[in-house]
Amino acid sequence: MVSKDQKRWRAAAHIVMILLSALALLPFLLLIIASFTDDTVALTNGYSYFPEKWSLGAYAYIISNSSTFVRGYGMTIVVTVLGLVLCIILTSLTAYVLSKRDIPGIKLMNLIVIFTMLFNGGLVATYINYVTIFNIKDTIWALVVPSLLMNAFNIMLVRNYFQQNIPEEIYESARIDGANELLIFLRLVIPLSVPILATIGLMSGIAYWNDWQNSLYYIDDKSLYTIQAILNSINESITALASIAGSAGATVADLPSTTIRMAVAAVAILPVLLVYPFFQKYFAAGLMAGSVKG
Amino acid sequence: MNGKKKRGTRTRKGFRHYLPYYLMFLPGLAYLIINNYMPLYGLQLAFKNFSYKKGISGSDFIGFKNFKFLFATKDALIMVRNTLLYNIVWIVLGVVLGITVAILFHEVRGKKAKRFYQTAILLPYLMSMVVVAYLAYAYLASDTGLINNSIIKGLLGKENGVSWYMEAKYWPFILTFINQWKSIGFGMLLYLASLLGIDNSYYEAAMLDGATKWQQIRTITLPLLKPTIIMLVILNLGHVFRSDFGLFYQVPMNQGTLYATTQTIDTYVYRALMQTNNMGMSAAASFLQSVVGFIFIVSANAIVRKLDKNSSLF
Repeated sequence: MVSKDQKRWRAAAHIVMILLSALALLPFLLLIIASFTDDTVALTNGYSYFPEKWSLGAYAYIISNSSTFVRGYGMTIVVTVLGLVLCIILTSLTAYVLSKRDIPGIKLMNLIVIFTMLFNGGLVATYINYVTIFNIKDTIWALVVPSLLMNAFNIMLVRNYFQQNIPEEIYESARIDGANELLIFLRLVIPLSVPILATIGLMSGIAYWNDWQNSLYYIDDKSLYTIQAILNSINESITALASIAGSAGATVADLPSTTIRMAVAAVAILPVLLVYPFFQKYFAAGLMAGSVKG
Repeated sequence: MNGKKKRGTRTRKGFRHYLPYYLMFLPGLAYLIINNYMPLYGLQLAFKNFSYKKGISGSDFIGFKNFKFLFATKDALIMVRNTLLYNIVWIVLGVVLGITVAILFHEVRGKKAKRFYQTAILLPYLMSMVVVAYLAYAYLASDTGLINNSIIKGLLGKENGVSWYMEAKYWPFILTFINQWKSIGFGMLLYLASLLGIDNSYYEAAMLDGATKWQQIRTITLPLLKPTIIMLVILNLGHVFRSDFGLFYQVPMNQGTLYATTQTIDTYVYRALMQTNNMGMSAAASFLQSVVGFIFIVSANAIVRKLDKNSSLF
């Protein structure tokens, strides 16, 4: 039995949800339509959902300068894969050790990890540390290592998962069979923890894919630009496009710059938009896992 | 780290037994040292006149001069005010909107509809701030933006649009809108988890008594959400000294005319360090942020721990 009151609430819920969904999606639609708009039309009428004239000009420019974007995507993919693999290895190893309650010194080890959640050296100290001591500027490590590689929050998440989901007896029987700790970790713990490691991997992968701050801080060499760094540099000035593309002849005036800007952004987000519905469930689960701690 | 061998009752096994664990801890420890602990050494830069030639320890000690210079500027007050105010307003808005949307989402029946709504509303949260800056630009650009052309000149018939990227007074609203637009899906998920945990029998009993939906929300849902709300608010208050660098740096396109309402501690530290070459003041601001931030987080967690041990960080 559904009462009238309930029906009204459900209808209201649908209306609000439809409005919110539209609000979330419409900006992306505008970006994509803008990228297919004729440049002069965009310049006189502005970006619009209903352009007077459509054009592929912006994409023609991108294709003729595709090497920049191909390299950008290549960098993004390399950094993302490298980062998330290292993240999973480091996080799971550390979390596994911390999941053992009886190791001498375990309290100190936990404290070393937890303290990093409470106190942060800040940008200046971190930047000077990486630049002057590790000489990380303009190396691929600048995109992989600073701040993104491992964090205490994920360690605690995985540690709790280990403690709650892997029964002690499994370890005992493995030890009786003569397996050493590393083998137990690799052959037993990892296969039993695929869900949580996949979650961490997904969230870390998204963080690397989206990262532009490390590029902003540590990368000047354009050949190391990821797709996000390219977007950032074009945002700073549209002239960057000509200089990134390295086409000495092209000046800003020659570029269909109004729509190219949007086309570049569309190229950067389209693959994400296309695969997102398929991993949405896991993305939501990952956010939930991170929000309710242990 | 080589934990001392204890021969207590707890651990009768020898160091050899635990050695593999210590070895497995090493890579993670090394990373924390590089990324989190070594920078602590650099905190002293706040009290030094840094030169790249002399290095961190070799640079001259100048006491509190950096702080004096920092607080002699208008910037100090503006960035602290902006950081705190935006955070507080967004925490309140986040609670109100997050709960509202979560309750409404919970009312929706139909798997497909639910899936579609969640997918759509969560999408902005997946995007980087650079992409968000492009989306905002499509609407706000003074010459080619949709708002100026289609709405202000088109629908309202006015002659001149607004120079959104030149006028600071609009940005508290723009930034608040974008912040909520991006994070509302996450807020919804957060409260949805608690909603799903509420026993259905409460509602069934209330319906037998003829309670309306609105009465049920007021007398069952909200009171039962209260602990979650309090916890999330306090934990968020622990971070009021931090701001989303991307939002404040990318979305306003790094425009100097907007600093009055867009400068926060994080953007100031970055600009002073990288753009205006003001290492001393940058280090001082960064130092303050770390120390005050630490005090806030530890206090927030201490309060949370008193309320509910399982929700605190330590």
